[in-house]
Amino acid sequence: MKYLSSIRLLGLALFMAGFGFFIAVFFLSSYRLTDDILKQELQKDDEQADPSQAPNAASQQTSDQPDDDRRMPKSTYQLMSEAASAMTGKVYTFNFSFIRDLNKVTDKANQEVQKIYGITPDELDNMVNTLAAKNDLTYSVASAATVFPDNEVGEFREKMLQDYTGWMEGQKFDSKEKLRSQLEGTIASINRNVTQQKGIGSYQQKGINTSIVKASTIGFVADHKLLVLLLSYGVTILGALLYLLPRTKEHPGIKNNHIFHSALKHRGWIGILLGSFLIVFYVFLYFYPYYMTNWILVVDPLSRMLNGGPAGEFFLYGFLYTLCILVMGIRMIINYRHSNYHIIRTLSVMFFQTSLAFLLPEILVRLNYPYYDFKNIWPLNYSFFFPSSLSQLIDNGGLGIFMLVWGIILIIIAVPVLVYFFGKRWYCSWVCGCGGLAETLGDPYRQLSDKSLRAWKVERYLVHGVLVFAVLMTAGMLYAFFSGSGSLLGIPVYAVSEAYGFFIGAGFAGVIGTGFYPLMGNRVWCRFGCPLAAYLGIVQRFKSRFRITTNGGQCISCGNCSTYCEMGIDVRWYAQRGQNIVRASCVGCGVCASVCPRGVLKLENAEEKDRFGEPILIGNNSVRVDV
Amino acid sequence: MKKICIIGNGVAGITAARHIRKQQSTADCQIVVISAETDYFYSRTALMYIYMGHMTYEHTKPYEDWFWQKNDIQLVRDYVTQVDTANKQLKLQQQEPISYDTLILATGSQGNRAGWPGEELQGVQGMVTLQDIELMEQNTQHIFGAVIVGGGLIGVEMAECLHSRHIPVTILIREDAYWQNTLPLEEAYMVSRHLQNYGINLKTQSGLKEIKGDAQGRVRSVITIHDEEIPCQFVGITIGVKPNIAFLENAEIATDKGIVVNEFLQTNIPDVYAVGDCAQHQTAPVGRKNIEQIWYSARMQGETVAQTICGKKTKYIPGVFFNSAKFIDIEYQVYGTVNAKPADDEEHFYWKHEAGEKAVRIVFERASGAVRGFNLMGIRYKHVVCDRWIKEKATIEHVMSHLKEANFDPEFFKQYEEEIIDTFNQTYPERKVALRKKKGLLASIFG
Repeated sequence: MKYLSSIRLLGLALFMAGFGFFIAVFFLSSYRLTDDILKQELQKDDEQADPSQAPNAASQQTSDQPDDDRRMPKSTYQLMSEAASAMTGKVYTFNFSFIRDLNKVTDKANQEVQKIYGITPDELDNMVNTLAAKNDLTYSVASAATVFPDNEVGEFREKMLQDYTGWMEGQKFDSKEKLRSQLEGTIASINRNVTQQKGIGSYQQKGINTSIVKASTIGFVADHKLLVLLLSYGVTILGALLYLLPRTKEHPGIKNNHIFHSALKHRGWIGILLGSFLIVFYVFLYFYPYYMTNWILVVDPLSRMLNGGPAGEFFLYGFLYTLCILVMGIRMIINYRHSNYHIIRTLSVMFFQTSLAFLLPEILVRLNYPYYDFKNIWPLNYSFFFPSSLSQLIDNGGLGIFMLVWGIILIIIAVPVLVYFFGKRWYCSWVCGCGGLAETLGDPYRQLSDKSLRAWKVERYLVHGVLVFAVLMTAGMLYAFFSGSGSLLGIPVYAVSEAYGFFIGAGFAGVIGTGFYPLMGNRVWCRFGCPLAAYLGIVQRFKSRFRITTNGGQCISCGNCSTYCEMGIDVRWYAQRGQNIVRASCVGCGVCASVCPRGVLKLENAEEKDRFGEPILIGNNSVRVDV
Repeated sequence: MKKICIIGNGVAGITAARHIRKQQSTADCQIVVISAETDYFYSRTALMYIYMGHMTYEHTKPYEDWFWQKNDIQLVRDYVTQVDTANKQLKLQQQEPISYDTLILATGSQGNRAGWPGEELQGVQGMVTLQDIELMEQNTQHIFGAVIVGGGLIGVEMAECLHSRHIPVTILIREDAYWQNTLPLEEAYMVSRHLQNYGINLKTQSGLKEIKGDAQGRVRSVITIHDEEIPCQFVGITIGVKPNIAFLENAEIATDKGIVVNEFLQTNIPDVYAVGDCAQHQTAPVGRKNIEQIWYSARMQGETVAQTICGKKTKYIPGVFFNSAKFIDIEYQVYGTVNAKPADDEEHFYWKHEAGEKAVRIVFERASGAVRGFNLMGIRYKHVVCDRWIKEKATIEHVMSHLKEANFDPEFFKQYEEEIIDTFNQTYPERKVALRKKKGLLASIFG
């Protein structure tokens, strides 16, 4: 046994070394921007961009203001190339300083865009004078627009003016000063917004930055991607396996020893450190992916192998996610190897993540089909009904239509029918990716969920609130798809969907959902936020054959079941009064039944009759106790 | 308004309090629970899990702290020094005396001691209270050897605790195998082997003679009855428990080993009741001991006494016996009567899994074939089904052919009923039974 603990120690050391190297890779490169990189990364953007935004050579030639060359529309590449002149060729040894300068370049380019497309103070003066002279201070977009030059930029300004001042049409002003102050404010807003439309918008900047930083990377990581892949991931995985595998020599059974003495598993300093790391990771991933380009670079060869293209931040994420589920899935199987239930459901989440969530979508992309995860169900997959997604599927012919129909069948048939027969566990702890990560990477933190009645109340408001939000947001998206209008009852539907993506999709599911594993347990998202879990839960609560039964009067109220319930269900409260556990949130992981030292709990699908059951504690003939 | 005082906040006292409150509102009666051990009810059976780090004390509380105020059950943390039944008053160690109209004694038990030399040394203790666990935490820091005297349920829990901290453990037991006076020999040997596989040193046919201390008054070693010296820094004494009745020394309440009660759980003094570990039944209920220190019995007595106090005078009639435990990884369930040695008129059918950690024993009367009890190791059977079979005196043939109905093992677990019946048919060719047809695959998937 001595040599086994040496192997485990070696495994831990290798794991730490590999993981440490992985972190180090984040900082390990130098960066040099060249004009070629800008050309390469931006011209493809320009080509793909909407034709109306592309540089219009004709309009440049026919412009009636040839003397004002600063007023010529420019391509993104031109803009950036001019703004970056001081930066190109310079070697940066730190990604933060490189990105700081790159952001300055972008700002400069955007200022240039404002100069080109923005409405000038002269034009404002002319506008006020024109309206005063010709319209008797009554506002009219058409009259105001006469001050713009008759070219592409003039048309753009007129369009912006229409969008921003259309509501003022026909309004009469008392004085020139009042008209002027009104227009001044609006024009300032227009000029601010010009960069979002014609320059590098904040959303676009994320992608542009990521590809530029990635292409500008020089040094060890860029030159030895495969070696770095091996040293970081390879060593970490090897270490993890060496640490885990010797446990198979121990006697199988529940081994929860020292979980509450652990600095990792009981919100100790390691847990807080890990939680902070995960939160920072998610913030970078969703909002500042261009800082983690070294990590993205390392998985580039894999991405090219699978989908034929370079890796983006979400390829990296998918790769890491799958790896975590696989390695920690092995841990899960080893830890619960006395229970076929856990072995089978863990293999199931490992399979679904690897094949349907990770490999198949990449292969679809390689074959020029839409990226599609066949097991991701709306409303967890909240962008399923976005106009862009629907168009993509519909435009893709037979397979696209099949994907669309398949997605709808999952929502309206698979969810109710399968939940009826098996409970929501068929999805949440057997198929789902979020559930898969929670059951593997998150398993060491399941005991951190809050079991209080108060938490249950918060859970019900929150999870059903998110479901309502998702449904309303989707209704707006469908309206936009069918009507082509971005506004429903005065509500800007795209802004609502963006808010959903930001707060729920990225913030709740990602940053809080996974970042808080070591702080609030592994099912924070599934319990408090997942709209699909809410839908599955409503079906499970009211129409299902699934329940957890209790074994007569054998409960000793020890509390293991409640403690290790990742969904924060106070299982003991039911078990000690001999009542079946029927709860909307139960994902059927089966751990309560495994940790029970008296074998009191059993997950069952059976006849609906008596599902809720009378609480009954048998064994006492004195009283028929109805607790 | 009636004032009901309950001494002891263990499962017996708390169950009584809860069931009284279910039947009588705040306006009808005031309920006061006094405990010297903890502020709130916790599950004593979970003590070992606190030490092993499976849970914290907070997790062992079956009800959240607001529960007591919400149900108007007043909790007092103090030690009752004297019960004055003439004036219906309780004297407390620190606070003002409390008067009562009805008194329930649910004081539980404490570890037995045999008067061995050295019992007072630092590092010698039992494992019954929360304070014992805290003490054990201190007593087991930086030690490299422990001896446990006595091999009951608490002994094996204590061994598992120490094993979780990688402390070498020796258990001294008098018999040939673990818990042999309760478990039939095969099961006793199964558990013994299991403990030994874990590296726990089980010294059979042994016992304690003396505990030796060092100059600081700490345990240094134990001497066995065979004059063998075992070096150790910790000695766990787990030779059973006895009722906590010392505080009743000068009271009028009749005691023997425990507080003597009749079938209504009443003591000799009107309006004074005793339930749980501390109660000694004048006449033992059928098939039971007169002092039964079991969680489930305490709970049932709490339920029963609540009926009587709320005006429905109710006898304590426990049903078919049941109990359960877990010996490190082997779960144990018992339903009905399973004697360590078969009685003259009964047969013990025993099936053991080849890996040696699962077994089923079914006891039945030879003449009628009526089943009397089930002993289950590493396999879970349904309480309600076994209880019904025993109550209805179902025949062994019926039980064997319907055995699948009783299985309570988790989904996808291998089921052994067919193997068990084969063994039965080989053992009792004259009683040949067939297993009722198994459900088809689809039927078992869709329930």
